[in-house]
Amino acid sequence: MARSWRNFFKWGTEEEERREEGSVSTEEVSGDAGPERVQEEAGWFGRLRRGLHKSRQAFVGQLNAAVSEFRDAEDEEFWERIEEILISSDVGVNTTAKLVAELEQRALERNITSGRELRELMVDITARMLEGDVSLDLSHRPSVILMVGVNGTGKTTTIGKLARYLPGEVMFAAADTFRAAAIEQLQLWGERTGAPVIARERGADAAAVVYDAVDAARREGTDVLIIDTAGRLHTKVNLMAELEKVRRVIERQMPGAPHEVLLTVDATTGQNGLRQARLFKESVGVTGVVLTKLDGTARGGIALAIADEVGVPIKLISVGEKVEDLHPFDARQFAEALFGEL
Amino acid sequence: MFDTLSERLNTALDGVRGSGTLTEDQVKKVTREIRLALLEADVNYGVVKEFVSNVRERATGAEVSKALSPGQQVVKIVNEELARLMGGSAHKLSFASRPPTVVMLAGLNGHGKTTAAGKLALFVRKLGKQPFMVACDTYRPAAVEQLQQIGREINVPVYAEGVEPAPEEIAERGIRAARDGGYDFVIIDTAGRQVVDLEMMEELKRVRKAARPHSVLLVLDVVTGQNAVEVAQAFQEYADFDGMILTKLDGDARGGAALSVVSVTGRPIKFASEGEKMSEFDYFYPDRMAGRILGMGDVLTLIEKAEQQVDKAEAEKQGKKLMAGKLTFEDFLEQMQMVKRMGPLSGLLGMIPGLNKQLQGVEIDDRVLNRVEAMITSMTPEERRNPKLLQNQSRVRRIARGSGSSPQEVQKLIKQFNQMQKMMRQMGKGRGMPRLPFRTG
Repeated sequence: MARSWRNFFKWGTEEEERREEGSVSTEEVSGDAGPERVQEEAGWFGRLRRGLHKSRQAFVGQLNAAVSEFRDAEDEEFWERIEEILISSDVGVNTTAKLVAELEQRALERNITSGRELRELMVDITARMLEGDVSLDLSHRPSVILMVGVNGTGKTTTIGKLARYLPGEVMFAAADTFRAAAIEQLQLWGERTGAPVIARERGADAAAVVYDAVDAARREGTDVLIIDTAGRLHTKVNLMAELEKVRRVIERQMPGAPHEVLLTVDATTGQNGLRQARLFKESVGVTGVVLTKLDGTARGGIALAIADEVGVPIKLISVGEKVEDLHPFDARQFAEALFGEL
Repeated sequence: MFDTLSERLNTALDGVRGSGTLTEDQVKKVTREIRLALLEADVNYGVVKEFVSNVRERATGAEVSKALSPGQQVVKIVNEELARLMGGSAHKLSFASRPPTVVMLAGLNGHGKTTAAGKLALFVRKLGKQPFMVACDTYRPAAVEQLQQIGREINVPVYAEGVEPAPEEIAERGIRAARDGGYDFVIIDTAGRQVVDLEMMEELKRVRKAARPHSVLLVLDVVTGQNAVEVAQAFQEYADFDGMILTKLDGDARGGAALSVVSVTGRPIKFASEGEKMSEFDYFYPDRMAGRILGMGDVLTLIEKAEQQVDKAEAEKQGKKLMAGKLTFEDFLEQMQMVKRMGPLSGLLGMIPGLNKQLQGVEIDDRVLNRVEAMITSMTPEERRNPKLLQNQSRVRRIARGSGSSPQEVQKLIKQFNQMQKMMRQMGKGRGMPRLPFRTG
């Protein structure tokens, strides 16, 4: 069920013991134990499933109503209804068509006649679509995480939240030198989490900040360096080139780095999320998506479309403004939240 | 995958070119394509349903105009319906009779409220107002600093009290400070919020009550997906906004959310924000948005222009002449002038979807057209009608002198014209597109 933070991080075996000893945050939020898991269920999972908002209830209600009327797989109207529900969740026309076709075929093959079985099948197929490598590679020293994404998708906030869960020494690099007060925003997160922040003045060359930061992280034996970058639209050729330069600077200084390139995608995004994922992947090699602002109204169906059409795994989801609202992604759980019973 | 709705529609309508009216069956095919295009553009499912049924009604039995293919005809109907739904023309700002005019911004996290506040301030200053901003986002780290930095950048004062006081109190005192300072346009920046967070929505209500704004603008990111409708409804309930600012329009999102929100709330989009620069902010023009949602560049404008300029019967006559290889310089001049009436060449080409990208870096020079025109007008009417006369070199020299060009340039034009004639004769037997007898760039 709930993925624990402990399993989420992947690190070298020889370092495992040392890090586990020193990591307070993983202990705090581990979802392994029974009671804690239940608590977590009641937390984000509950929030997602029960829905805090009538619209979400209405949405899940629609699905329930549709599924409860399911009799046999030859009912065309039924599939149209499912199509409508998927598209209304931002899954997109292509992925929806694919999903419904598979669902229909398998339902026919297995001769499914009950809504309950059909729902299980839906969750199954969706979960498989979403499965991928969801661990975070922390086996290096420093492990370098580059945060990228379109303006306002929650890069800085994700960094602040993520730092709370990371074992060992964490350092931030304020490479968003463009937006007003972006550096200050990251510095406030630095104060809250105790992570030192490497920064220059606003308007400085982002690549230079990154150079300083990798340098400092290696010198000080930092475990994880997280680099915040300026939000940019994937269509801006110059800004994407700047990001590629940042990546090259990191690579040159530390071969093999960045070890993770995380793309933040706002869960309320429609089909443009696909373009974002595609172009950022082409440009800087995204290793995982952070789906942010997945609150009560956002269905986050775009995650499905991205996993299916772009092939980048979702690694983290954020369901609220608090630090506890950040979670490692779990394909099955997400599928259940999308289509599960109330 | 089809790139544009017009391509999709033309494919769907393949073979029905030239028929007088659209049949029910054709309309059915066509509405399916429209439905898909709108869904791919993130227009809300419910809105699409209603919209498509309107279009179906209008398109059934619609007469196909002379200048347009049936596909274009449907596109035109779709576009008109879209533009009508979105309110036709741009909504201009109105100002309070007793200043200051107070405008409050509200919206989801990360949709660009703070940036929009700065852009709006700069915009109204250009209209002769003295703007003043109030920082009421007491939640996001460094949001107050962000507004202050923007204020310094554009030289607009910012009222801030840090993050401790209640936002509604900051708003009230901020407006008072603006009035005392003699400022006549106050912009209140509020925290981004999720509509499920009822506490935050209640707070927005309190800020609205305290500020008593003349206008509340919902700031909406153009990438927003299907939930735009619930978002808009919630903000309507709690903030009762009267218009929208659509942001990040410089990306490539189709922006169907805009349509959803307008359709459900009846509130117009007032401003468009695009670009990283503070000055990239303007009134919103709904007709432009229609083309964007349909993914057609400004092809609609092009269709309109063609409709205005092309006399169908005349065009057919020309086409026949062209294919028979009987085109004269006179016909050519006429066509060229028609193209020129439609606007600058670079602008025209930019309106064709897909073409814009290919043309990046290629310079389109309208002066090329002017030079060609000068050369043709330096010919005698006889020469224009009978290009064979131009084999005479003294005629060529005279034309060169008259048009301020070199004899080589005139030779080149004649040569290209002859090549085109030949090509047309060949093409007249098959099918294909005519090409202008000169190169640009």
